[in-house]
Amino acid sequence: MRTYDLIVIGGGLVGGAVAWGAARLGASVALLDEGDVAFRAARGNFGLVWVQSKGAGMPPYAHWTRRSAELWPELAGSLAEATGVDVGLRQNGGLAFCFSEAEYQAREDLIARMHNESGGSGARMIGRAELRAMVPGIGDGVVGAAFCPADGHANPLKLLRSLQSGLAGFGGDYLPGRTVDAIDYDGGFTVRVGAERFLAKRVVIAAGLGSRRLAPMVGLSMPVSPLKGQIVVTERLAPLLDYATHVIRQTDEGSVMMGDSQEDVGFDIRTTTPIMRDIAARNLAALPALRDANVVRVWAALRVMTPDGCPIYEQSATHPGAFSATCHSGVTLAGAHALALAPAVMAGALPASLAAFNAGRFDVPQA
Amino acid sequence: MFRRLEDPRAEIEFDFEGRPVTAREGESVAAALLAAGLRGFRATAISGASRAPWCMMGVCFDCLMEIDGVASRQACMVTVTRGMHVRRQRGAKALDGAAAPFDDEEGDFA
Amino acid sequence: MSAVFDAVIIGAGPAGMAAAITLADHDARVLVLDEQAGPGGQIYRGVEEMSLTMPELFAALGPDYAHGDELAARFRNCGAEYRARAMVWQVIPGEEAHEVWVSQGGRSSRVLARSVLVATGAMERPVPVPGWTLPGAMTAGAIQVLLKSAGVVAEDLVIAGAGPLVYLLAAQCLAAGARPMAVLDTTPRGNLTAALPLLPGALRGKGPGYLAKGIGLKLALRREGVPVFSFVTDIALKGTSEVTDIAFKSRGRPLWLSAGVVALHEGVIPAQQMTRALGCAHEWDDVQRCFRPRTDGFGNSSVEGVLVAGDGGGIGGARAAEHEGRIAAAEMLRRAGKLDDAARDRLAAPERRGLAQHLAIRPFLDRLYAPPAWVRAPADEVMICRCEEVTAGAIRAAASAGAQGPNQAKSFLRTGMGACQGRMCGPVVSEIMAAAHGISVEQAGYYRIRPPLKPITVGELAEAELD
Repeated sequence: MRTYDLIVIGGGLVGGAVAWGAARLGASVALLDEGDVAFRAARGNFGLVWVQSKGAGMPPYAHWTRRSAELWPELAGSLAEATGVDVGLRQNGGLAFCFSEAEYQAREDLIARMHNESGGSGARMIGRAELRAMVPGIGDGVVGAAFCPADGHANPLKLLRSLQSGLAGFGGDYLPGRTVDAIDYDGGFTVRVGAERFLAKRVVIAAGLGSRRLAPMVGLSMPVSPLKGQIVVTERLAPLLDYATHVIRQTDEGSVMMGDSQEDVGFDIRTTTPIMRDIAARNLAALPALRDANVVRVWAALRVMTPDGCPIYEQSATHPGAFSATCHSGVTLAGAHALALAPAVMAGALPASLAAFNAGRFDVPQA
Repeated sequence: MFRRLEDPRAEIEFDFEGRPVTAREGESVAAALLAAGLRGFRATAISGASRAPWCMMGVCFDCLMEIDGVASRQACMVTVTRGMHVRRQRGAKALDGAAAPFDDEEGDFA
Repeated sequence: MSAVFDAVIIGAGPAGMAAAITLADHDARVLVLDEQAGPGGQIYRGVEEMSLTMPELFAALGPDYAHGDELAARFRNCGAEYRARAMVWQVIPGEEAHEVWVSQGGRSSRVLARSVLVATGAMERPVPVPGWTLPGAMTAGAIQVLLKSAGVVAEDLVIAGAGPLVYLLAAQCLAAGARPMAVLDTTPRGNLTAALPLLPGALRGKGPGYLAKGIGLKLALRREGVPVFSFVTDIALKGTSEVTDIAFKSRGRPLWLSAGVVALHEGVIPAQQMTRALGCAHEWDDVQRCFRPRTDGFGNSSVEGVLVAGDGGGIGGARAAEHEGRIAAAEMLRRAGKLDDAARDRLAAPERRGLAQHLAIRPFLDRLYAPPAWVRAPADEVMICRCEEVTAGAIRAAASAGAQGPNQAKSFLRTGMGACQGRMCGPVVSEIMAAAHGISVEQAGYYRIRPPLKPITVGELAEAELD
């Protein structure tokens, strides 16, 4: 039985980033994870560091997202230095393709609205000519795009791996195969896993869809539910797309990932052919050269969604030292989780700028 | 190296990287090229290592070639046809049709 | 929505053909989908064409191969709908009917089936030895395919491995006039001793016939003077850009042969890609060291309406596969409402007796040819994932960094994410993860298999016909 400064429950991108960030500050950290087969949103992540459309209607989320994007280079640099893993960060801007004048107009309106709400992200609309210069193979059906220079992408699997190995490098314990049974509180926390006991002064619940069950054990609420997303992956291809986009990106390894389906279907990770087909058709319209690319894998993964789609961060009022952390943007927000949230957790208080992410917001009756 | 047994089947000719190769009707591209003495069928996208058919039954995907302009086709699963154009594949597949030249002449026709 | 087939059979090998014949005989609406150009599967590959065009070679391949020609002829005439060069890339279980997505001639469409029979057979166990990725390193089955489908033989061939196919291939090469330079028998010391108590069982049913054939093959090699090295270990294929030599130990003695083509073989294992993707429960066979889908006595998997017959359900050989195909057909006829339970049982009864005759020898053979330990414990420098070029050492490092099983190894290292979709590395990665964590392979588990079961192009997927 060992006593830690911090136990993070959940070995995905959120938990991994918080655990790594805390261990980097010198804290003794245990990261509890499930076994080989878990829902693992991290493995199905699309890999975007995506700023331009995040936080419409919730300025603190827009600001938090921008801050994370700004912190990302430091995160990537630190991970590379400490673990030797290049997480493939590329922040050369991102494109949201518009397939009709109506979509173009809607995007333009969104950017204007977000500018008014939360200040500019630097996003702007670009027409076909400029788009063609950036993406030479762009399909005729794409009328324009929103371009945001702060957007980018990274390799989520390499990020996850480097966070875990980086944690070990700072003396932290990555403890897989531990599905938490209970959390006891007597001023400190005792996390029970079968016959095992882990003690800590602080606990972060970042267990994705498992958080719903765990949060009430420490007086928190994390009303998350699964939202299925499917991703179509091609074989490795020679470079053909320089920018991240919201529906398609080429990874640092050369394979092209396509996705954009949103299905609210409960805990079902089977793939469905009509949606695979729609994803393929839409992306073929964006990049006709993909026609001959081989699809090698289709993923269905479960996004972790809160009722309003924004993250939850909160310290328990009844169990001080217990924190919740969940979002569906584990890559985008990794910079903030590692370099801003983790220090706040270790300092024992979340900053005022995160007050808006309190789960109490879901208890307010809708007007 | 491989050789052909007495074979009464019709001979057909196809193009391998600009050279004519004789095959027998009905056989796979991979069988025809092995019989013609080809050793390396492709270079991998990662290390560039030379590869050739391992299983000949569609399982291993090590015989991937560019066939009639389409890359990453399983040469063991494609029946050779008269006038077909076949090239070795180097590295990751290019979608613009301009396959990178195969510059490793080791593993060439024996 | 198109009409629903009583049965869609995936694979036109012995199990699939036999099942189709029985189904069609009972007026069931049956569709057979197969990737090859003609029926026969791998065991009877090219059998129709060879019997017509190369009668001498056909005769040289012996009566067991000729049996496939008769079976294929009966299959052709049975009335079942048969689509060749048809690649099934996804099967989605449904309540009323299963969806089978199939690619043919670059176009994909869907067929519906009340029952799906997975008759996709076996694949050869991966043999991860140093140099096994070099051009010239092939499976024994690949050499057979070249012989059967193209009349192409290797000149400078060394056959290395264990199992009936090693001696069969050597004999077939000899009969075709292409003498192997050597046979390296990797059957471990101790396997024969361990198998001997099972010999009496092997003398029942068709066992004596199989044993006689095996002994005959070995004698033929001796008669022809093909060198056979016993108790071979430490195989390494040598060469920079292609195989030029093979180093090995025989009875502990280091040896070295020149060879341009090396056929490796350590037995066959069920091809589990499709049953895994379907979500069928699998069980681990600790003697044969392979996973196989769990089935009941009629071939039903754990997924309603999905049946398995032939080597894909566990290795029994071609003749056993036919009986299993007919038993599964009886069950599919019952599911289609063409037979009641009693009639199904009557139809299946003689097949069960026939199956038992052919399976009598299996416990002995399975123990005798249980794969040697080195097949599942390759050295750190050996490439395991051929597509993504990941070594055994990297997989072990991922295990010690916390990867609990093959799926985490996959996300750490991309093992199994390449073109073959994990077919070649999966069995070995499960073994390595199990050994690294001191757990059983069953506990370590296997990759989650994703569609498409084989790659299709983005264009084909985008235009898949949803009817």
